[in-house]
Amino acid sequence: MTATAEPEVGRARHRKEDARLITGATRWTDNMQLTGMLHMALLRSPVAHARITSIDVTEAVKMPGVLMALTGQDVAAEQGSLPCVWPITEDMLAPPAPSLAVDRVNFAGEAVALVVARSAAEAHDALSAIDVDYEDLPVVLDMERAIEDGADLVHPDLGSNKSATWVFDSAEAGTGSDVDAAIADAEVLVERTFRQQRLIPAFMEPRSVVVDPSPDSVTMWSSTQVPHILRWMLSATLGIPEQRIRVIAPDVGGGFGGKLQVTPEEVLTMLVARRIGKPVKWTETRTESMLSGHHGRDQVQRLTIAARRDGTVTGLKVDLLADMGAYLRLIAPGVPILGAFVFNGIYKFPAYRFTCTNVFTDKTPTDAYRGAGRPEATFGIERMMDELAAELGVDPLDLRRRNWIRHEEFPFDTVTGLTYDSGDYEAATDRATELFGYDALRREQAERRANGDTVQLGIGISTYTEMCGWAPSRVLGALRYAAGGWETAAIRMLPTGKVELVTGTSPHGQGHETAWSQIVADRLGVPFEDVEVLHGDTRISHRGLDSYGSRSVAVGGVAVALAADKVLAKAHTVAAHLMEVGEDDVEFTAGTFSVRGTSTTMTLGDVVTAANAAHNLPDGMEPGLDADATFDPSSLSFPHGTHLCATEVDTQTGEVKIRSYVCVDDVGKVVNPVIVEGQVHGGLAQGIAQALYEEAVHDESGTLTTATFADYLLPSAVDLPHFTTDRTETPALTNPLGVKGVGEAGTIASTPAVVNAIVDAVRHMGVSDVQMPCTPMRVWKAIHHRGDGVPTTPGAGGGLGSVNVDDQAYPRGGAE
Amino acid sequence: MRITVTVDGMDYGDEVEPRTLLVHYLRERLGKTGTVVGCDTSNCGACTVHLDGHSVKSCAVLAVQANGREVTTIEGLARDGQLHPVQEAFHQNHALQCGFCTPGMIMQAIDLLADNPDPDEDQVRHGLEGNLCRCTGYQNIVNAVRDAAHRMSPGAGPDAERVDETKLVGRTPMHAGGGE
Amino acid sequence: MIPAAFDYVAPTTVDEAVRALAAGGEDAKVMAGGQSLIPVLRMRLAAPTLVVDLSGLTELTGVHDNGDSLRIGAMTTHYEVQRDPLVREHARLLCLATDTVADPQVRHRGTFGGSLAHADPAGDLLAPALALDAVMVCVGPSGTREVPAASFFLDYFTTALAPDELLTHVRVPKLTGWGAHYEKFNRVAQAWSIVAVAAALRVSGGRIADARVGLTNMAGTPVRARGVEEALVGQPASAEVITTAASHAAEGTDPASDGNADAEYRSHLARVLTERAVTAAVSA
Repeated sequence: MTATAEPEVGRARHRKEDARLITGATRWTDNMQLTGMLHMALLRSPVAHARITSIDVTEAVKMPGVLMALTGQDVAAEQGSLPCVWPITEDMLAPPAPSLAVDRVNFAGEAVALVVARSAAEAHDALSAIDVDYEDLPVVLDMERAIEDGADLVHPDLGSNKSATWVFDSAEAGTGSDVDAAIADAEVLVERTFRQQRLIPAFMEPRSVVVDPSPDSVTMWSSTQVPHILRWMLSATLGIPEQRIRVIAPDVGGGFGGKLQVTPEEVLTMLVARRIGKPVKWTETRTESMLSGHHGRDQVQRLTIAARRDGTVTGLKVDLLADMGAYLRLIAPGVPILGAFVFNGIYKFPAYRFTCTNVFTDKTPTDAYRGAGRPEATFGIERMMDELAAELGVDPLDLRRRNWIRHEEFPFDTVTGLTYDSGDYEAATDRATELFGYDALRREQAERRANGDTVQLGIGISTYTEMCGWAPSRVLGALRYAAGGWETAAIRMLPTGKVELVTGTSPHGQGHETAWSQIVADRLGVPFEDVEVLHGDTRISHRGLDSYGSRSVAVGGVAVALAADKVLAKAHTVAAHLMEVGEDDVEFTAGTFSVRGTSTTMTLGDVVTAANAAHNLPDGMEPGLDADATFDPSSLSFPHGTHLCATEVDTQTGEVKIRSYVCVDDVGKVVNPVIVEGQVHGGLAQGIAQALYEEAVHDESGTLTTATFADYLLPSAVDLPHFTTDRTETPALTNPLGVKGVGEAGTIASTPAVVNAIVDAVRHMGVSDVQMPCTPMRVWKAIHHRGDGVPTTPGAGGGLGSVNVDDQAYPRGGAE
Repeated sequence: MRITVTVDGMDYGDEVEPRTLLVHYLRERLGKTGTVVGCDTSNCGACTVHLDGHSVKSCAVLAVQANGREVTTIEGLARDGQLHPVQEAFHQNHALQCGFCTPGMIMQAIDLLADNPDPDEDQVRHGLEGNLCRCTGYQNIVNAVRDAAHRMSPGAGPDAERVDETKLVGRTPMHAGGGE
Repeated sequence: MIPAAFDYVAPTTVDEAVRALAAGGEDAKVMAGGQSLIPVLRMRLAAPTLVVDLSGLTELTGVHDNGDSLRIGAMTTHYEVQRDPLVREHARLLCLATDTVADPQVRHRGTFGGSLAHADPAGDLLAPALALDAVMVCVGPSGTREVPAASFFLDYFTTALAPDELLTHVRVPKLTGWGAHYEKFNRVAQAWSIVAVAAALRVSGGRIADARVGLTNMAGTPVRARGVEEALVGQPASAEVITTAASHAAEGTDPASDGNADAEYRSHLARVLTERAVTAAVSA
């Protein structure tokens, strides 16, 4: 066994995962073909709210290749209710959530019937032979109207569209003073209402499920972020003993929270495969994904900030409405609540109150989407800081400096009751302004304003702290979350000295195979190449809580290190025993045990061999060096950073161009800087896309008019700028690796940076807000004070699936 | 209908329904699952393959239209265990995360380099406008394509001789100021 | 998603194609490059019983010099149009607009004639064809007829082609030496035009001798901005003249309102983009 020359942790390793991904040897769920495999297709409701008065599948069953057609009535006794594990209050209203609608549909896209056929094409063909009659019910779409007295109800049985109201008050919690008093005494008050538009996670790999049943055990392959949670919940929902369910998440093509779910389709595929006794596959179309996969964001934020004339903030009041959609999905109720703890951002607010009401509407259910609650909160506070700066007539960067926690003030107990362990906002900001050329851009901005240029320049600032490393189990318990937040790792020391690492995290693009190998190699002194990382199969990795919420490295990565330390501790004892010296005389460096002051050495490989042979071990010691560890962090971790965006706004057309984007993030210690930078880039892309491009739009009947990639606009390479990224490094003090997490940082910080930049460019023209996404029309209307009404009708011409194309409208004269 | 098609250098003869998309034929009949389907509207480009030496979205081509033609997929790029320079550049530049868009992205990058062997950043971005990636923010993809261009440029070493698919070579470059 | 089942023929001559189309009756559909049709079939927004694939009609590909006009085969791909030296020299506006169509993969398959016959008012080749006074050559069972662009586009996705007719060629009068520009405005690179303006101008002795301006997506059909043209012709090629002329851009249009643009904003864009397109064409 050779020692690694340079430390593995911190090294810019190229990824192990790439070999299969760049050659097309990847194992996507939809690649699976099993003997006799059947295909399921789902019929989805075209209406948003209706009673199903009749549904007839008799013709569908007669179609070629069809084996089975089922309605909600047919599975009503078996399907259970889709799980929601986060009842945020004791009195939270939660409707039953059937996988297949039984007598009512509550959003357009909800599944109402299924067909199982020999081919996917035949299954889809048969859907058109199913006859459904709907009796329309009033459609509830607008959250503010939904909570008015006498409003039409999504779920009449519940008696209200308000699912729950959750409050945090710093005066009550003893973490700060009373916000009403702060507001009453304020020298300056700024009140704003912001809208977080509805987004669609839009992972590139459509979801796919394959179920192979047998009487003894059933195996599900699913394109999921959460194989462990999925197994547990399938068992709970369908009453199948958990030990008889095996869930495998093979290669998964992105998730961004969108695959942190237990889906109707997973339940139904399981159900029909067991009923027929043959393997069944369901793979969604992109439009199905847009209609029925959960959406994200969708909040109305009413914010009040109180301050003194000198710019010192004195209070923050947050009133949110959060759209749950038609049902409560897995962790949906808690998503907006996550924002409660970071709405104060990096600032020293003495008084704070956060109130959030979760509201039902007849729309696709929402749930986690990259950042989950924290982008919304960061957007709110960072937009408000800019508004306050404008109100006070000070530079927004200076206002932030005046109010943020100084580096010497850490650890810092915040008004939300958290303790920020470490950070250096000054360092990150100084580096960012330097890379950005802040002062020069401010000068150019002043010149352009003075000249009345058609194209105006704006500078957007966003600082943030993320709350990740999700999460200390006790914290989760206090928040009424049904599960823990620990993570586990197991190391198998093979007889040849090679290593298998089993992790409970479930990567879907993050590069855990590479990063975890680096941690193991570093700890054990084995070559990076000798470590094989196993994950995503509940029969191999039987325990874990999967990947979401920037938790993988800060919890799972630490578990890996702890497991390695256990291996090493035992190896140390064995080595001392074999070299016949006291343990204190043995030291370990770079994969080798040596006896101090002598030339006697043993490599870890030799120790492994000896431990496996077990011919000569200390009395009572179990053979082998395998070890596992479970890490439950004592605290969350708090990465932070400063993002600066310069936009050019064409005041004639409203078009926004990002001229430069600089971010300096502090994510603590870094295992692999290349992977970290990649995570930041991708996060920036999604955050910028929220600011400029993406929006899930429903028309007044509740139809999603952005159900294709022709209508839901994802940016291409042309539409995004070059990013300038850098890092500062303040190690986390709450875990032995000093890591904080990086998965969501870019997304969280970038959205407000872009919108602040747009508003900054045209504030002198009387603009104090532009609703997201800041489309050219919205920007133009804001500049020219034409109101903010935007039609919900899909694109005129062009958009595939946006125009109601029928045979008449499509002449047979030809197509492009 | 009966079709014969050459895929990654192998000849295949098959009976297909006219409605079968080329991508489904590749995946389900030939097991070429390296090529994937990401959308219904030919926006995402994940299914990009080369048809007679030009990049196409295999979800917008019928299998019957490939009759008598030559298809190259991501699985046909590596030769004798050696990665194509564009594949290698994607690895070296961390130009992929989940990897779902990667096969299409690589196939389009090769096509773009055939038209423009030394593209600047802007030209790379435009050349990839038909391929969506949700993970990388594209910056490393752009870097990878430019890196690959240098690896493949004349005099760049043995790899330069390995520009695949003779049909791709010798295309007339775009007119000056071209692209979009 | 998988299209509904259909029958398929791939004729090798125009005659065969016309016969196949007639035999297919009402539910037959012509496929050129298929880049709009196949997604529509996949979405099951259309379910023809017969698809007549024109991709075997080699007689319909390529660009030919007809003296004072170019004859462009309907099945010439965007990729071929983009780099055709004749088009570049004599109908540069078409090159510039084609550069903006969809993306490289689609341009490898999609065809000039297919785009025109598809008649999506957000498509980028309709306004240039209109501005250039292109003539559509249509072939049906009763023979060949020529339809000027001005009477070819009737409404959203609707043309003057009879159900049993094919668009085989497009005659494009040469505008050699003219300045040209296609100003496209959209939200992301892949998106269709919210509005776009096609401009071709001949400047002689500092004056605008001739002007053609076509608008994309300002109505159910492409629109010729005659008011702009009239205000330009005979005037000096100055910024003031162009600004004044561009103020007429939205006259006679019937813009739709949608999530990207309401009618007021579209009309405004038409004026701004016309000014930019004409300015660019003057200096091109």
